[in-house]
Amino acid sequence: MDIFLLEAIINGILLGGVLALLALGLNLIFGVIDVVWICYAELVMCGMYMIFWLHGFFGWPILIASFAAILGVAGLGVLLHLLVISPILGSAPINQLLATGGMLFFLQSLATLLFGTDFRNIGLRLPIIEFGDIFISYSRLLAFGAALIGAVALYLFLSRTYLGIAMRAIAQDREVMGLMGVDQRRIYLITSAVGGALAGLAACLLVLQYDVHPFIGLSFGPITFMICVLGGLGNMIGGFVAAFVMSQIIAIGGYYFSIEISYVLAFVFFIVLMFIRPQGLLAR
Amino acid sequence: MMHEANRRIAPLILAAFGLAVVPFVTSDYVLHIAIQILLWGFVYTAWSLMGKFGLVSLGHGAFLGIGAYVSPLLWNYAGLTPWLGIPIGVLMAVLLALIIGYPCFRLRVIGHYFALVTLALSQVALLTIVAARDITGGSLGMTPRAVGHSWYALQFPEKPYFYAIALVVWVFGIGVWHFVDLGTGRAALDAIAEDEGAAAAIGINVMREKLRVTVASAALTAFGGALLSQYFMYVNPDTLSGIGVSLQIVFAAIAGGMYSAFGPTAGGLFTIALPEILRISMGTNFVGAANTIYGALLVIFIIFMPRGIIGLVERRLAAAPARI
Repeated sequence: MDIFLLEAIINGILLGGVLALLALGLNLIFGVIDVVWICYAELVMCGMYMIFWLHGFFGWPILIASFAAILGVAGLGVLLHLLVISPILGSAPINQLLATGGMLFFLQSLATLLFGTDFRNIGLRLPIIEFGDIFISYSRLLAFGAALIGAVALYLFLSRTYLGIAMRAIAQDREVMGLMGVDQRRIYLITSAVGGALAGLAACLLVLQYDVHPFIGLSFGPITFMICVLGGLGNMIGGFVAAFVMSQIIAIGGYYFSIEISYVLAFVFFIVLMFIRPQGLLAR
Repeated sequence: MMHEANRRIAPLILAAFGLAVVPFVTSDYVLHIAIQILLWGFVYTAWSLMGKFGLVSLGHGAFLGIGAYVSPLLWNYAGLTPWLGIPIGVLMAVLLALIIGYPCFRLRVIGHYFALVTLALSQVALLTIVAARDITGGSLGMTPRAVGHSWYALQFPEKPYFYAIALVVWVFGIGVWHFVDLGTGRAALDAIAEDEGAAAAIGINVMREKLRVTVASAALTAFGGALLSQYFMYVNPDTLSGIGVSLQIVFAAIAGGMYSAFGPTAGGLFTIALPEILRISMGTNFVGAANTIYGALLVIFIIFMPRGIIGLVERRLAAAPARI
């Protein structure tokens, strides 16, 4: 096989890890609270700026800065839920979608106002691993590994802890869980915090590979929604599989054509698949 | 009945007269803002044709982009007059609306799913325009070949000409809105928005009604896009297609109020005049300040005034006699 094609496939798998992490967070929010955070990628952008300032400007060690960013974005998730989502929990789903879409606008403009439109880099370059003739960047490998660990940790949290089980139960039946003595408000807040923390983790991994600027959310926000819908909104395993399918289309499409064409292919694939399997890839 | 109709029409005639004299009494700057409000108001009205029946499309950036690009491309590379280029662009947008709409409605893709499928569509349009950078200029945008004042090329450097065109087109848009609102299809569409299964059960052709309103909405949006590109004499993928524009259209229509004829235009007034006022009052020192306030206002609008500015005004007016 062509060595460059192999490299593209491997990079696709590594990209898939980060996309899967993003899709997991969004699916968790949707599954439990039944809202789509259109501004999810913008929360990641906020996290990337946090790391940039804490590490690149104030000189905090990268690990502590990353940890602070995860906590910070988790806090943003809670704020988003309290200020925007909870007042309109009862209104039409499309209004909730649009309210978070307004937040997308707000966060982008706020970042432009505070930081300008410069591309900023944390100035940390990780080595490149040479594997035969294949070059793999260490930061991508790290991102892939961390995304997998994050996914496993989330799985264990959801299946082993009382809170996680309560979250899954609420996703299945909202009314009955209230009768069972589960405080819905509290579960929603915790879910928002966990969803935010996953966005924060994604920010830590992405900031190693990409420069941060106010509009970076637009470059992976749409693809994350497509992945979630493709896997079946709220279906975490489906989202996980879909992330790798989409990242392969992007990687191989980018190898044969150009990066824009590869995204066009991915979106067209998504539209066509929505018609063939409207309930998602893994629907029965 | 006739008297009632007269009472409704009289203020409209007055308003039309008022709008018609604007170019004689104001500066080019005010006219520039007014043209944008009318053209965007037309596009927002086109969106609300679908939106008010629960078909929340985030794909109108695609229709707008097709309308905006096809005519300048044909003009630049084939010398084809916009009088033919614009209808071709509109036809292509209609075709795309059918290609996406038919399976969506057949397979009952609704709600979140419809919004996200159409979102993918607008992203496809944006990326296709960027990818075809050899002919479209990519992210840098492109300029239709300028020939000065010309009816053949539909280019008018003088603003009053374009103001007149924008005004006529906008009135046409309001007319279509009323036509859909008063027509027999309205009750059917309301029923579909309420409960699709029940509507089908009482014999409403869900598919046909939805496709009709989708085609009308896509065609008008593409037409609006074509006029925007003729007016600005510059097209750019980020300002005329993609997710950003799609969201802008939806927000403006909702902020203004998509359940009234003048709501989307009020949204246009709000979304174009407000950033302009904020920009003038704050200067350019604070890049993004205007947009930040704008974004915050949007969120507040959606949370507290889901029926928009005009919706709120109408409710006040309706509530007033009851209080006496």
